[in-house]
Amino acid sequence: MSHARHELTRLTLTAAHEGLSEGHFTATELTQAYLGAIEAAGDLNAYVLATPEKALEMAKASDARYAAGTAGPLEGIPLGIKDMFATEGVRTTACSNILKNFVPPYESTVTSRLWKDGAVLLGKLNQDEFAMGSSTESSAFGAAVNPWRRSGSSQPLVPGGSSGGSAAAVAAQICAGAAGTDTGGSIRQPAAFTGTVGIKPTYGRCSRWGVVAYASSLDQAGPIARSVNDAALLLRSMAGHDPKDSTSVDMPVPDYEAAVGASVKGKRIGIPREYRVDGMSPEIVALWDKGADMLRAAGAEIVDISLPHTKYALPAYYIVALAEASSNLARYDGVRYGERVAGRDIVEMYEKTRASGFGSEVRRRIMVGTYVLSAGYYDAYYLKAQKVRTLIKRDFETVFAQGVDAVLAPATPSPAFGIGEKSGADPVEMYLQDVFTVTLNMAGLPGIAVPAGLSSEGLPLGLQLIGRPFGEEGLFSLGQVIEEAAGRFEVTDRWWE
Amino acid sequence: MSVDQATVRRVAHLARIAVTEDEVAHLQGELNAILAFVEQLGEVDTDGVEPMTSVIPMTLPLRADVVSDGDYAERVLANAPASEDGFFAVPKVVE
Repeated sequence: MSHARHELTRLTLTAAHEGLSEGHFTATELTQAYLGAIEAAGDLNAYVLATPEKALEMAKASDARYAAGTAGPLEGIPLGIKDMFATEGVRTTACSNILKNFVPPYESTVTSRLWKDGAVLLGKLNQDEFAMGSSTESSAFGAAVNPWRRSGSSQPLVPGGSSGGSAAAVAAQICAGAAGTDTGGSIRQPAAFTGTVGIKPTYGRCSRWGVVAYASSLDQAGPIARSVNDAALLLRSMAGHDPKDSTSVDMPVPDYEAAVGASVKGKRIGIPREYRVDGMSPEIVALWDKGADMLRAAGAEIVDISLPHTKYALPAYYIVALAEASSNLARYDGVRYGERVAGRDIVEMYEKTRASGFGSEVRRRIMVGTYVLSAGYYDAYYLKAQKVRTLIKRDFETVFAQGVDAVLAPATPSPAFGIGEKSGADPVEMYLQDVFTVTLNMAGLPGIAVPAGLSSEGLPLGLQLIGRPFGEEGLFSLGQVIEEAAGRFEVTDRWWE
Repeated sequence: MSVDQATVRRVAHLARIAVTEDEVAHLQGELNAILAFVEQLGEVDTDGVEPMTSVIPMTLPLRADVVSDGDYAERVLANAPASEDGFFAVPKVVE
């Protein structure tokens, strides 16, 4: 890569914003540097659509606003957007063939807020089809590739999922930050696999309007970024009340950046004993202990806690998520938008359209969801899972009532795995990736994944902090302590260039 | 609980997804793996537990019952696979 280009693209979002504000370079120069870096990174398959013309047009407008003194908080910052967010006039597919030519006539609320604050759209990022997956291998555009490799190996690894393209793009420095979505861990697991920071906010903090729906009671948008401070800046712009989403909360959005660097002295951090699952890698156990030491050194108090229903979060999640998915994805019928395959009558048209448009993982999930909601099984599966969900939330409420401010846990059971390694016959093997992340979605709580070390094979490992409802500020403070103690993790071998 | 092949075909039809004979056996195995995994919820005592309806306590907002959006049929139809005279077009449904 040209030296000058990398000088700009290697800046964190926070540093790039300072550089722009101080006039060291223009938004157009920054955007051009990123567009060049994207062109050179085709091997990562992180972008499913680059929008260079729109990016340069938006950057030019940002430069004009800097000149006029009307720059917004993210003015001129080039971002990648997961393909779950509807972007007006820009193809949005959720990485599914059923939406392969869909061009939304509207903009999602979260992305509108980013553009209103001055950010620049570089393009749309790869993901698992309809966000159903933990590796980005189920994308209709093919798998995204992790910029990280094991030491001395050229085996391609997954960037995690479902926001794998977003995490890969942030780690490879081909966007300054990204917007992702998280239904069961889809922001935090890919962040952990790529040495980046990802936060899933409290349910209701970000509007879901204009975001392709997977499981509506679990879906939340959030940023993936290179540092805790970058994530704080992005979330401040993304969050906020939206009358078009009746589950979005009408509460002021705090200045999250002010929480970065705030003292964590006296904070009580819970270590849940049920997260020490069988077969957990000793490296992950050691990392978890190290994280507790980092927080203790910063003045936090570490306490053992119990979340007794942890084990049931994953099976309950797969009932709730798949039931909601089967209902949400009923809209893809080949009538109002998307691809259509003709049939003898309308029912055959629906059946052929959906068989051809959905990939195998999506078809499987819709069918399981349909089964658990079907006559005679609703009580045994869906109602039971929603009752278990109440118990999972109660576990957290109990520890918060005992004075625990946040919970520290691993983000993933392992570092990034190889492409093709977990796509075998048993879908449950892949589902286990979410074992530490789904509990938060089930309870609606915020969680941040922060890189905290490298595995023996040189791959990033992440820790997760779980907060009280709307406790994002506390998570940014605690996340910053880990970032300061562990350092940030950059890919050194830029093999794709 | 586990599903047989007839159930797989019935569920596929309910979900409006065409399946071939070859796919049925394969799907049966996959569905049963997932159902076996979620079976462990049976261990949890949920007597007297209310099912979750909303993770964050909130009352649904109300707004005046007035038209606040719309009147752009062309934009609504822009992505339709087939449309005619301002309507979505589908194969004949009524003889």
